[in-house]
Amino acid sequence: MKPRIGVLALQGGFAAHGAILDKLGARTDEVRTPRQLAEVDALVMPGGESTTMSMLLERSELLEPLSERLNAGMAVLGTCAGMILLAREVVDGRADQHSLGMVDITVRRNAYGTQIESFEADIDVDGLESPFHAVFIRAPVVERAGPGVEVLARHEERPVLCRSGRVTVAAFHPELSGDERLHARFLADL
Amino acid sequence: MSAHTETSAAGAAAGQNRPATGTTLVKRGLAEMLKGGVIMDVVTPEQARIAEDAGAVSVMALERVPADIRAHGGVSRMSDPEMIQGVQAAVSIPVMAKARIGHFGEAQILQALGVDYVDESEVLTPADEVHHIDKWAFTVPFVCGATNLGEALRRIGEGACMIRSKGEAGTGNIVEAVRHLRSITGDIRRIAAAGDEAELFEWAKQLRAPLPLVQEIADTGVLPVPLFCAGGIATPADASLVMQLGAEAVFVGSGIFKSSDPPKMASAIVEAVTHFRDPDILAKISAGLGKAMAGLETAALTTKMAERGW
Repeated sequence: MKPRIGVLALQGGFAAHGAILDKLGARTDEVRTPRQLAEVDALVMPGGESTTMSMLLERSELLEPLSERLNAGMAVLGTCAGMILLAREVVDGRADQHSLGMVDITVRRNAYGTQIESFEADIDVDGLESPFHAVFIRAPVVERAGPGVEVLARHEERPVLCRSGRVTVAAFHPELSGDERLHARFLADL
Repeated sequence: MSAHTETSAAGAAAGQNRPATGTTLVKRGLAEMLKGGVIMDVVTPEQARIAEDAGAVSVMALERVPADIRAHGGVSRMSDPEMIQGVQAAVSIPVMAKARIGHFGEAQILQALGVDYVDESEVLTPADEVHHIDKWAFTVPFVCGATNLGEALRRIGEGACMIRSKGEAGTGNIVEAVRHLRSITGDIRRIAAAGDEAELFEWAKQLRAPLPLVQEIADTGVLPVPLFCAGGIATPADASLVMQLGAEAVFVGSGIFKSSDPPKMASAIVEAVTHFRDPDILAKISAGLGKAMAGLETAALTTKMAERGW
């Protein structure tokens, strides 16, 4: 039986993740409720507005079950806002913003500035033979990565792709540039 | 998201580790991230905070909400930069602002202020009765209103990276937004079902739209940029309706701060956009919200904002 990949669909770029995973032949389900979360084997947490997603996690009663699944070792790919939600510490967030604390990193929200500073650039990723074209949209910056965190890619010295156990987080949007390699790797590692 | 020639050119020019800003991919990318969210009109930093507290993905900073523009009349222009900066300082979510149709001077100022999206909007008094802004010339992305697919594709041809239905702003009446959404998504379906290239030439002619964009729709079956809904949304049920009709996010103008309990109405509409297909959840969040904005019958209007734009 192929694993079922959930895409957290409270808000944000979930459709683009779903499209890539479908193309790679994965079984995908959108997750908006605790019941839907219980039915998936792994999860993608997309980009979007982290403050909005944090509130919707709480109001949709997903915060606790999600935290339990994460601590039980569910594989997760978090991009941009997903990275912010999975980080141990958030700088420049809202005081009431939830941190799931799964990756020992400190991230600063919107660290590059407004949308005018958003950019695309090629980055070298550990284990990939050619550069990955990365899109950064009002992206967070990883200001600190703990000793247990594997840094898989950097842009201008700053970590932009990190892994800790079964949790992978990216400051950029692998779902937007048409390069399927990071999603393929996520599926292969399940 | 579909590739655009300008995107790949910018990407190639960027080369290894040389970041490229203002590309089509980057501009459309922010619209992708706003999907499933609510963009709220605010006229003060305090309202912006209420919007962010309620879970808005972005706020639109403007001088007066459309309902008040209708009530007070006069020429409606870009907001005072001081007000926009006040809103930017008050919240951490993206801030949008409106420029008049064709008024690239206002758009240049908004870009200098570092707003995250510019709305070339029919809600303000048009500055040019023939031309829209050349949106390719900007680093900041643009959203434009449309009443039908031809209008949407003309705006995309001019560089818009997000399309929203116009609806009839400031009325609290969803009927026009529904008409516009159905017209846009209906024509997309009909183009995707076209028999041959010759039919696409005819579609481009009928719609007064760029042929390559019509051909792209025939290939992909979707609008080349995200399609959001604006104009007349006043309740969680309205939000659910337009999301089910194919909108990917919603703008709420007067509907929040003209209701009797703005924080409550704002949160409810945010949840409705997430759970738009779940009537049980919608029933729960629609209860006890107080009064929605009063609303206007569109047949009785003297000014139809949706007719502005060419």
